[in-house]
Amino acid sequence: MSATVSATTGSAPPEVGSAPGSGTTAAISLVGVAKEYTSRRGDSVRAVDGIDMAIGQGEFFSMLGPSGCGKTTTLRMIGGFEEATEGNVLLYGEDVTNTPPNRRDVNMVFQSYALFPHMDIFTNVAFGLRRAKVAKREITDRVKESLALVELSGMDTRRPSQLSGGQQQRVALARALVNRPRALLLDEPLGALDLKLRQTMQIELKRIQREVGITFVYVTHDQGEALTMSDRVAVMNGGRIEQLGTPKEIYERPATKFTAGFIGTSNIIEGTVERMDGNLAVLSVPGEGRAMVPVDSPRTGGHIELTVRPEKISLCAEPPGDGCALPGTVTEVVYLGTSTNYTVTTADGTEMVVFVQNDASAAVDLDRGDRTWLCWRPEHGYALGGSGQVESERPS
Amino acid sequence: MRRRLASALTPYALVFPGGLWIAIFFVVPIVAMLSLSTMSGDLLTGFQQTFSISNYADVLSLYHEQFIRSIIYGLIATIAVIVISYPMAYWISLYGGARKPTYLFLLLLPFFVTFVLRTLSWKFLLSDDGLLLGPLHSAGIVPQDFHILATSFAVISGLAYYSVPFMVLPIYVALERINREVLEAASDLYASKVQTFLKVVLPLSLPGVFAGVLLTFVPVTSDYISAEILGGTGQVMIGNVIETLYITNSDYPQAAALSFVLMFALLLGIFAYARALGTEDVLEVSAA
Repeated sequence: MSATVSATTGSAPPEVGSAPGSGTTAAISLVGVAKEYTSRRGDSVRAVDGIDMAIGQGEFFSMLGPSGCGKTTTLRMIGGFEEATEGNVLLYGEDVTNTPPNRRDVNMVFQSYALFPHMDIFTNVAFGLRRAKVAKREITDRVKESLALVELSGMDTRRPSQLSGGQQQRVALARALVNRPRALLLDEPLGALDLKLRQTMQIELKRIQREVGITFVYVTHDQGEALTMSDRVAVMNGGRIEQLGTPKEIYERPATKFTAGFIGTSNIIEGTVERMDGNLAVLSVPGEGRAMVPVDSPRTGGHIELTVRPEKISLCAEPPGDGCALPGTVTEVVYLGTSTNYTVTTADGTEMVVFVQNDASAAVDLDRGDRTWLCWRPEHGYALGGSGQVESERPS
Repeated sequence: MRRRLASALTPYALVFPGGLWIAIFFVVPIVAMLSLSTMSGDLLTGFQQTFSISNYADVLSLYHEQFIRSIIYGLIATIAVIVISYPMAYWISLYGGARKPTYLFLLLLPFFVTFVLRTLSWKFLLSDDGLLLGPLHSAGIVPQDFHILATSFAVISGLAYYSVPFMVLPIYVALERINREVLEAASDLYASKVQTFLKVVLPLSLPGVFAGVLLTFVPVTSDYISAEILGGTGQVMIGNVIETLYITNSDYPQAAALSFVLMFALLLGIFAYARALGTEDVLEVSAA
């Protein structure tokens, strides 16, 4: 399969011979994919432990997780740099499990950028087109167009070593995109950049993805990055997918304790269900506090973990008439300019983090040792694992 | 104040011992040899400084045959060494895995035996009634007048054999410096294995080949042990001529003049080579 058979810039992903032309074919499907390494001592390690997922055409899809969670190995199996020990990798419905990288119509942006140090920028970007035997004039046009897309016009004759990290990053992007692949794989591409540049590049990447309409598969350990850019995120841990959903779903309705802890700051309250009040499970909490959480099916007596995000909690002098309220003592105050982070310790020693915006109506001014009430609406709380996996289909 | 003085003197203190060593054992002898090369006379009557360059003219006309032979032997041996060493370095670097240090040690193992002894053992192996040819001759498999010793092949083989590690090591280092993701990038961008090698690996390893050629060609061209032990009268190299002039004939001025001619010829050759394929240009040439 050559790189020339591909979509034109800006249009929808290409029509494919083997797959029906409808938009329902997934760009990339993984079916029971696993990767096992054998260490030198002979024991085997499962880096990827059975993954099923379908990435839609034109989607910005992220795999998010701590180092060693299998996200890069999964990406490398999509790219063809690692062979899956089990399962199948499908590209537009076509099985490419054993196809080498140079015959797969996907391109990769490497963590180290992996530019060819002995070639100038033009030659770097033209590399793929030349191998694919694209006509000379077309190569020139497409390289120029691609460099313009990443805002590096006029840099053709420079060497990679003469560019800054951010510019090298853009060349790596142009070098991959110029081939108009069916999917672009990005392996922590912003990892080596400083914070400011990283944020600029996040917006840039999103703009470029919208412009070219190519499926992006993005690997990162930075949850902010994943939430900002992605249409959908797969949170990975221990070689498996913990949760797959839109950034909003993952942030607001984490399916597991791991997801809740890994994405943003989460407060987790553990307790037993005392009774049901409609669809609300009422937790037994020490003291005069109240805590309830919506659940799908009624249950009493069971152990339950309630999670609530720091920005959903407010600090009140008196408990409100309804909703959740827990008394506590302020143990830490961190002033951050636009907001203040309070740590409040409840009667049973649970530490709760609260973000309070320092806006015009700011009425909270507490010091360490002050007593206060943590107040939130029951629907802002979420029972971990209690409402079943949030295994959403991708948005159409 | 004292500290500033100390830090100002540090570079000199660090360079001084080595600098002195080079001054005494390289610069002084070379000046002495230069002066010797323009003297005339003989050992019995003594040498007088006459500032004559006739020695240079004499050695060029007398020994140009050995000169040309040395350069041809040097070139052939160097090319042979590249052909032998590159695949070795390539395999160790890309496929050596955890055993790389072992392979490199094995490569250097012969150095623990002196060069003369190794070359003498070659002579024992390759002589007409030696381990290799003895049985072949008596069994009539090869004709009685087939020899290996005292041929150009034997001398060049000896020269090449000695230089293999000096070529493998710099190429190995150059290959080790290539970011492995760059190779994956080439394959990601539709390059076959052969194209990846020709367009990426080879150009990026050329500086190593360049260094290896320097380390091989210069010592090999001026070598005399290989020709002395494995060669015959038809394989005399310029190193042997210098040795004979010095040790046997005691014609010091001529030997000195010949040494300088050799030195300048090698320097010129190396500069021409560096100019044609300088490390920076090596990259440019290969990128095109």
